[in-house]
Amino acid sequence: MAGFGFACLVLALVVCAYGIWASLYGVRSGRMEYADSGRRSVYAFAGVISVAVLVLEIAFLGNDFAFNTVADTSSRTTPGLYKAAAIWSSQEGSLLVWAWLMSLWSSLALFLTRKRIRDVAAYATAIMLGFGAFFVFLMVAYANPFATTDPAPPEGVGLDPLLRFPTMMIHPPMLYSGYTLCTIPLAFGMGALLARRVDAEWIRAIRRFAFAAWLFLGAGIMLGALWSYSELGWGGYWGWDAVENAALLPWLTGTAFLHSLMIQEKRGMLKVWNVSLVLATGTLAIMGTFLVRSGILDSIHAFGGHTLGVPFVILIGALIGGSIYLVVSRREMLRSEHRLDSLLSRESMFLLNNLVLVGLVFVIIWGTYFPLISEALTGREASVGPPWFDRYTVPLALVLVLLSGIGPVIAWRRATLANARRNFLVPIACALLTLVLLLSGFPPGVTSKPLALAMFCCAAFAIASIGQEFFRGTRARRAMAAEPAPLALVALVRRNRRRYGGYIVHVGMAVLFIGVAASSSFQHTKELQLSPGQSARVGSYEVRYVRPTATLTPKFDTAHTGSTLSLGAVLEVTESRAPARHVATLEPSEGFYSSDEASQGSVGSLIGGQPVSHIAMNVGVTRNVWTAIEPDIETPALKRIVTVGDKTLPPEDGIVAVAYLAREYLKHPPPAEFNLLVSPLVMWIWVGGLIVVGGALIAIWPAPSAVRRRVAARSRARSVGGLARA
Amino acid sequence: MRRLAGVGAGCAGASGRLRYFAAMNPSRKRTVRLVVALGAAVVLASALIYTSFSAASPALTPSQLLREAQPGRAYQLTGTVVKGSVHREGAVLDFAVADRTGSTAVALSYTGTVPDPFREGREVIVTVQKQGDRYVGEQNSLITKCPSKYKTAPPSENQNS
Repeated sequence: MAGFGFACLVLALVVCAYGIWASLYGVRSGRMEYADSGRRSVYAFAGVISVAVLVLEIAFLGNDFAFNTVADTSSRTTPGLYKAAAIWSSQEGSLLVWAWLMSLWSSLALFLTRKRIRDVAAYATAIMLGFGAFFVFLMVAYANPFATTDPAPPEGVGLDPLLRFPTMMIHPPMLYSGYTLCTIPLAFGMGALLARRVDAEWIRAIRRFAFAAWLFLGAGIMLGALWSYSELGWGGYWGWDAVENAALLPWLTGTAFLHSLMIQEKRGMLKVWNVSLVLATGTLAIMGTFLVRSGILDSIHAFGGHTLGVPFVILIGALIGGSIYLVVSRREMLRSEHRLDSLLSRESMFLLNNLVLVGLVFVIIWGTYFPLISEALTGREASVGPPWFDRYTVPLALVLVLLSGIGPVIAWRRATLANARRNFLVPIACALLTLVLLLSGFPPGVTSKPLALAMFCCAAFAIASIGQEFFRGTRARRAMAAEPAPLALVALVRRNRRRYGGYIVHVGMAVLFIGVAASSSFQHTKELQLSPGQSARVGSYEVRYVRPTATLTPKFDTAHTGSTLSLGAVLEVTESRAPARHVATLEPSEGFYSSDEASQGSVGSLIGGQPVSHIAMNVGVTRNVWTAIEPDIETPALKRIVTVGDKTLPPEDGIVAVAYLAREYLKHPPPAEFNLLVSPLVMWIWVGGLIVVGGALIAIWPAPSAVRRRVAARSRARSVGGLARA
Repeated sequence: MRRLAGVGAGCAGASGRLRYFAAMNPSRKRTVRLVVALGAAVVLASALIYTSFSAASPALTPSQLLREAQPGRAYQLTGTVVKGSVHREGAVLDFAVADRTGSTAVALSYTGTVPDPFREGREVIVTVQKQGDRYVGEQNSLITKCPSKYKTAPPSENQNS
């Protein structure tokens, strides 16, 4: 089977090579049947890679440990869902999944554009197949997912317990979909430049893909933050780690592109900016993919030297060099049709929005790659931490939220004072009202954090501005069609999905930032040791360690992640002010897993694997109470049980000693380390994220057909005009 | 032209210079805007770059640390946890970090969150300061790397201080 899988990879390479040749030959010689053949080879590529993925998945689900990948990341006792998802937890498997998703989206993009922009699509085909070939080449030459060991080991290592959570199952596919979708606009953008057809047609063709890339990437980032917060033992959702930043960068340029694209459609401006953003997004996506696998940065995700580093650097160098060359050599065609008339106009606000986003990208790139930069410039490797990132990204984020309230409303071309008064009176009033409310001491302590205060006011401004737009739109529609308000609202959104979907996205982002500002500025934390019966005060809550818990064997593991032993505590949370109402009973625990190290003995190996913290949290509208425990499993008494068990018990009876250990822990519980957090408004981060996803889906959704025909006719007229000018 | 002057008057009041700006021909105005924007970008970028060098903490191996550490400055120590060196006393965790080659080791005391993957033989990054002739780890600065070649490991487990 492994041989067959590998043969599929080789076949995929051949198909790619043919497809690249056919598309390029077809478009250069004008013989479009070759270009069509090139397009069909993308479908074939997708088919072949799908077969390869199927072969590997069957190996996982069938516990075929001859496959190295399966042996390294799965085991007989790994729960079924995690077995299926283990394919992307290894280097080789994740490359295969990347190539597979790339092939699917490429096929979709080419299928949807099969009747238009044939020359652009031909170049794009060659580029997309080039990416596919690159990733398949990496697998064939360096990281073969179908490598086998003979004889096959009887049992696999198992999936890292830290990954055995549902959020971790969806996060990689979302992120990979986002990354691979980013390369589609890149391919079509380069294709447009190569074919010298830079009118609005190619943008219209890939607009939905750019939006989908943005959506998947954003969802992937949010899921990663959610996983970090609700499953890891540190209580945070964002650490400015290299890999988090790597995913954020193409998302930021994607956001900039989605905005400046509107300016190009409406006023034919910012064409160079647009095409550069598209190329940058794709390049940053490839750089993000490379960062995790290369070991060039000493973060928690980087692992020593890696042979993949060199091919990736070559690819990224080619992308950057090629992009710069293409944009510079075609800059005459990318001349703006109009000029910026006034700094107080919608075009100007969108341009400012883009500048802020690019500024953010620069800050994050600088901070993330700083270890390399400082080593190159000073010979000494140094790194910057979260406080440095926060210092520069927070003010920029404030400006962004403010702009999201100004941009949709300010007039095109030039805003007049009367215009401004009409549009901004209510939002500014709302912002001032919020400021007054917060300054007057509700809720307490807000004035000590001016940046959070500023963010709340900006968010209020943005939400009020958008709310005003919805109100006015509904009112106009009611006047026109005499519908009741709810129906008018729905009809309003249906007829103008892009606009109102976009507004909803802005509201979601404002809500998200409110949550981020509140939870990062006004958090109460306590890290301390508690014995049963003791309690601690966190924020306005009293947390009491009632009694210890110990559960044995995977069957009773409430987290269903297959731990052998789980030690934890029962915590009672009550309000610290009278009346001391009971808020929640929380049971955080730490799971101890089997390990694969031979040196640990029959008992030690049952619990010697990497422990994983299972946090317990009380979610509330205004705050989360988050608790984590680090039980002490190495007291002299407990260690003695393990050592004696290792010496006297055969492997199959080791679990008896673990049972003794659990009983001993319950009878004489040692003090345990607790991490207690009260974070305000965290829930609204996830709610904001959901609103953003909802708004984005509304914006991408195809419009009802009558509107679509009208819009298509209008944009055809524009593109003809564009061609005439080009 | 009239509207142009109106905007100038409306937003500048009686300021002569702003009225001069408003009455400039458009291409000259665009050049001025471009220069101002680029200038602002250069100033901000320089501020950013300058502060990054002063705010950064250098990453050192144990042998480098022993050679060069000065009291009172924070350094990022990277290396492997020495087998048999891990002792916990209450809230303080004592352990030693050695070079990848295993030649030199630095012993330190650390308080704060200990990430789940931490154990002997694993690679760690911890911010330390030299105090007297001992090394003290900064609270919650301990990061442990995942042991295998490539796994989708979690983001850093240190809290934002």
